[in-house]
Amino acid sequence: MAAPTMVMYDEEFQQISTVCERLSREANAKIVFLVDKNGQLIASIGATENLDTTSLASLTAGNIAATGGLAKLIGEKEFSILFHEGEKDNLHISIIGGRVILVVIFDSRSSLGLVRLRVKKASDELNKIFEILMKKAQGPGGGLGGPGSPFAEITDDDIDNLFSE
Amino acid sequence: MSFINYSSREINCKIVYYGPGLCGKTTNLQYIYANTNPSAKGKMISLATETERTLFFDFLPLSLGEIRGFKTRFHLYTVPGQVFYDASRKLILKGVDGVVFVADSQIERMEANIESVENLRTNLSEQGYDLDKIPYVIQYNKRDLPNAAPMEELQSLLNPRGVPHFEAVAPKGDGVYETLKAIARSILTELKRGT
Repeated sequence: MAAPTMVMYDEEFQQISTVCERLSREANAKIVFLVDKNGQLIASIGATENLDTTSLASLTAGNIAATGGLAKLIGEKEFSILFHEGEKDNLHISIIGGRVILVVIFDSRSSLGLVRLRVKKASDELNKIFEILMKKAQGPGGGLGGPGSPFAEITDDDIDNLFSE
Repeated sequence: MSFINYSSREINCKIVYYGPGLCGKTTNLQYIYANTNPSAKGKMISLATETERTLFFDFLPLSLGEIRGFKTRFHLYTVPGQVFYDASRKLILKGVDGVVFVADSQIERMEANIESVENLRTNLSEQGYDLDKIPYVIQYNKRDLPNAAPMEELQSLLNPRGVPHFEAVAPKGDGVYETLKAIARSILTELKRGT
């Protein structure tokens, strides 16, 4: 396989949530969420009850993939920050450590400058956490497949049961 | 690249429906969307042109239930089939866990099918995947049309690896769930093996 499976553990999830919560508070944001480049939602903070976060995650990843394609065409590695301005709400999208996407939704109670400043600080912290996470997932006993993993125990019956309805 | 979340106890996998233009990839997703229990599905998103041709992708999130205490979620994507959207197709294959190739059974579309499989192989290898190794199933769609090619011919041209294959009439749902189950099973078996 080309890319290793991404794994998230409790400990890192708590750390990531803490950083996102602080970012949301300090940047006066409405919503902060993290998505991996393949469109899987990693964490979301804020008023997400009436929001389709799964679709948001998938479209964000599509957006980053498309702008990444554009970047390559003009000889850039990637565009690390995207900003979409709306009538009320705005989207600030940035790439962290080349692998995760951080999205901040904010309105007139905040400003682009403040969001950019706070995102920069949070990005460094998040990048460190993801580096540890990647090492942990790839290290011995790293969460998937092989002996010791819950998935090594999956039987054909388990898989059949998923489709029994 | 599946995403295993021990914190929320979820497994997320990505399935891509590939195939030539107008073969029925979007129709597969539409049928699944229309016939799945509302609690098990999210919103279907179609980024399409005004004439309902897929421009970037369709997206449908599904949850299938629990396996060993982990919620299994599958994200279904289609690619735009038209030849000139190749750059977009490459992007959608990023991080794929399994591919469904939807072939158009009509004899006139045979060349388009072959070209699309070759394109799939090339685009996968650019991402570091090998079509001969990843979870892969083939669906022969439009079996109800009078100009459908014989199955033996389709199989020998499009399925040399002998992967699971299904005959389908996507608007009626024939073969649609069978195809989805087969690719989901294949992905989970791969996960079990621990790639």
